[in-house]
Amino acid sequence: MTTDETLRQQGITREEFEAIRRLLGREPNLTELGIFGVMWSEHCSYKSSRVHLKALPTSGPDILQGPGENAGVVRVGDGWACVFKIESHNHPSFVEPFEGAATGVGGILRDVFTMGARPVAIMDSLRFGPLATAKNRALLEGVVAGIAHYGNCFGVANLGGETQFDASYSANPLVNAFALGLAREDKLFFGKATGVGNPVIYAGAKTGRDGIHGATMASEEFSESSSAKRPNVQVGDPFLEKLLLEACLEAMATGAVLGIQDMGAAGLTSSSTEMGARAGTGIELDLDQVPQRETGMTAYEMLLSESQERMLLVAEAGREAEVYAVFAKWGLDAVQVGRVTAEGRFRVRHRGAVVADIPNAALTESAPRYRRPQRPAARTLPLDPPAGGEASGAAPTRDPAADLLTLLGSANVCSKAWIWEQYDTMVRTNTVAGPGGDAGVIRIKGTRWGLAMALDGNGRYCQLDARAGTRLAVAEAARKVACAGARPLAATNCLNFGNPEKPEVMAQLAEAIAGMGEACAALGTPITGGNVSLYNETLGHGIQPTPVVGVVGRIELSAERGPTPARFQQTGRAVWLLSGAAALTAEERRQRLGATEYAAAVLGQTWGLPPALDLERERALHGVLAAGRERGWIESAHQVSTGGLAVALAECCLARRAEEGETARVGARLTLTEEGDTAATLFEESATRVVVSCAPEHAAGLEALADAAGLEATRLGETVEAERGLEITCGPARMRLSLARLAQAWETSLGRQLESVISPMEVLT
Amino acid sequence: MQIGVVVFPGSNCDHDALHAATLASGREAVPLWHESTDLQGCDMIILPGGFSYGDYLRTGAIARFSPIMAAVAQFARAGNPVLGICNGFQILCEAGLLPGALLRNAGLRFVCRQVHLRVESTATPFTGGCRAGQVLQVPIAHGDGNYYAPPEVLEQLERRQQVIFRYCTAAGEITAAANPNGSLHHIAGICNAGRNVVGLMPHPERASEAGLGSADGLQLFASLQPCR
Repeated sequence: MTTDETLRQQGITREEFEAIRRLLGREPNLTELGIFGVMWSEHCSYKSSRVHLKALPTSGPDILQGPGENAGVVRVGDGWACVFKIESHNHPSFVEPFEGAATGVGGILRDVFTMGARPVAIMDSLRFGPLATAKNRALLEGVVAGIAHYGNCFGVANLGGETQFDASYSANPLVNAFALGLAREDKLFFGKATGVGNPVIYAGAKTGRDGIHGATMASEEFSESSSAKRPNVQVGDPFLEKLLLEACLEAMATGAVLGIQDMGAAGLTSSSTEMGARAGTGIELDLDQVPQRETGMTAYEMLLSESQERMLLVAEAGREAEVYAVFAKWGLDAVQVGRVTAEGRFRVRHRGAVVADIPNAALTESAPRYRRPQRPAARTLPLDPPAGGEASGAAPTRDPAADLLTLLGSANVCSKAWIWEQYDTMVRTNTVAGPGGDAGVIRIKGTRWGLAMALDGNGRYCQLDARAGTRLAVAEAARKVACAGARPLAATNCLNFGNPEKPEVMAQLAEAIAGMGEACAALGTPITGGNVSLYNETLGHGIQPTPVVGVVGRIELSAERGPTPARFQQTGRAVWLLSGAAALTAEERRQRLGATEYAAAVLGQTWGLPPALDLERERALHGVLAAGRERGWIESAHQVSTGGLAVALAECCLARRAEEGETARVGARLTLTEEGDTAATLFEESATRVVVSCAPEHAAGLEALADAAGLEATRLGETVEAERGLEITCGPARMRLSLARLAQAWETSLGRQLESVISPMEVLT
Repeated sequence: MQIGVVVFPGSNCDHDALHAATLASGREAVPLWHESTDLQGCDMIILPGGFSYGDYLRTGAIARFSPIMAAVAQFARAGNPVLGICNGFQILCEAGLLPGALLRNAGLRFVCRQVHLRVESTATPFTGGCRAGQVLQVPIAHGDGNYYAPPEVLEQLERRQQVIFRYCTAAGEITAAANPNGSLHHIAGICNAGRNVVGLMPHPERASEAGLGSADGLQLFASLQPCR
């Protein structure tokens, strides 16, 4: 008799158990129950999100592989394809930040090279609680060190990403890792077990007891005792991963490999069943052949282990020796552990007995799909500014210069160089735009092509309106890519939410996916894959809904023309604002201000609605940015987002990173037309806006280009010598700040927050 | 000039070194597998950056025992040019082909960024094409680049002008702020007594094309030609 306690340990409900019995036509044994537990977990089965995800646009002329494989594939040109995906490793990173983040990077790298692509770039989207607490500082330091350790040793350039802070992430930090690789279009590999009778080969690290039930852990909320889950976190070895990469690519080049998949979540089980299911075949495994790190492992442990750096290959019968020779060269285990069968079943033998025998379909397409109940959450934050508050107009006028400095130093705005200086951003010598700009850009050696990429997500916007917030995340990621001068091609997503069994959370998830679909369709960036991370809750407190989007774009590079930089390049340039933002009424303006970083970091409040977004004008803006660069007009382009126009302008004046120092700074003298009041003009975050600079003689052409695209182009002023600083006139307000002061606020803030000593108050509490 | 690049299993800058060396020499550089002892008739050997054998114990500690290193040591002792970049520098120190050691960075964190180097001596096969005092912009990317040697060794290095590169400002000044890792005497690179073996922590191969931010590093590979 299977007890409730046994089911609970496997994360299976009583109803699901009955379904398993019906599918098998008998009682499952404990090993089989464990297999169903991981394969039917939220993490592996997408049971709460799948019905909604089906509505996303996933195809297009350049999409070679959409969702359903280990990673998406997009055509670049000249026979090249890029392979990319983003995935979360949130739960492990909270339990053990260093290893959790490191293995998150390892997992996404394997997803890319299992497709036959050499990884050339990674990025990360990170969320933490406020740095005022030692615990959050330790989480950030651990996560960053883990990402650095794995990526640097493996040898892949980290192009940055984005990091944001909110109290809701204190007990649920988010670590979303993105990776992109390059492959030849005609040399792609897929996770398919083709050819009945072909050998199934296990390669890479030995199997141990680490990470058992990792996928199940990732599908549960956390409680006080979550640190007891530390043994569920895998331990990574980037050196081994590097060997595995080289060996896999070399083995693929022999022509003897027919299918390959990494052993990620749910390890041997998911790789075997998914490879069988995709090819309409089955896999029979003999666990006695599996290389083991520990003695006495049970079938249950081996099947559920999430030991890292392992691959499952199907080779052409008779050519096994070629595969073994390659892995031997790299000092790795490679042994036959099974064969492809015609029956479409996952059959496992151990010590002479069959210990599991399950139809693949029962584990994959017959996995539960829930249309969980939804209930739109009651608004917890007001629509209008709090009465008597500063934004209601009742408070005395503020000092805009002081507010700008506060914003530049706020955790969500300040330079993240402290983080990405720990990452190798240049290895493989492809990086033509590293971290710190709007998008990261790599070149493809020997071609004229480059790829620009950017990540974005905004929990605050999504908390106020999940659908609008997600549309904005897609738009911002695509806009960052467009600022570099690239044309957005495709997207990948990571949906980080709370407990989907709560109707309010489920409603947010469904709304977010709907908004993502709208934006991706409108901006021409189909979703090629990604991942869903639910149950980001601890003690019942969930995170802000945080869909994260990665967008990849294509750019033509030449010796004369690299990607467009974000920062002002020289003095004597015209500074323009290109905008597709809608005109706002006074009431709308007040409401939209409530979602800004200004409201949160300066006024200490949040209310209202996220910025409005017109997707058609957004797409038109992307076209103008690409065309303006191709004609040689646009010299710099930086999008307006967190912190609003004043922050964007200040960032344009500063160097990408501190050590480029004063020589890279450029001053500016600008006049802004006041709309609403000074604070709104300076700090509101209307979307679809980009600050560009150009030579004065190209200004008219650029203006005409924007005009033809239905956008407004407004001349803000000109760039001047760095010594003259940033001068902004906005209605009655006039501020002049030295660049050294702006730099002091923006460049050093994160380091100061992280390296501050523990305050006595903290010790007391 | 035939350049060879040693490939340890954990080398991850081997492709970059091959690319830059080919670019500079105009002749396809060749990879040299760590388990081989055949240097394939190369005129110059590069030990590239990376994590040779994982380097969990100590950087370069295992690499020095690899078969190829015996051949490289013999090649070096015969007076042929050997360049160790980053992990390659660490390996040369471990192998005793260069004095001193590379410790954890003073900040205890991995650091990746552009730095400036002052060329302290042009009397090596790699800096022959540079001017003394010339400032090069070349990136670093390492966790263990803090050069250390006992006082008497340092004193000897200075006296014999074996310090080849020092960290400096863009204007060529040697300041504490320009030293990214705490290296003694701001040392970024040194040579052996015979001046044919040079090791440096910065990555000249990453500064070999203008599109990458700097082409200053190419001179180190290109310098070789007039020297033979």
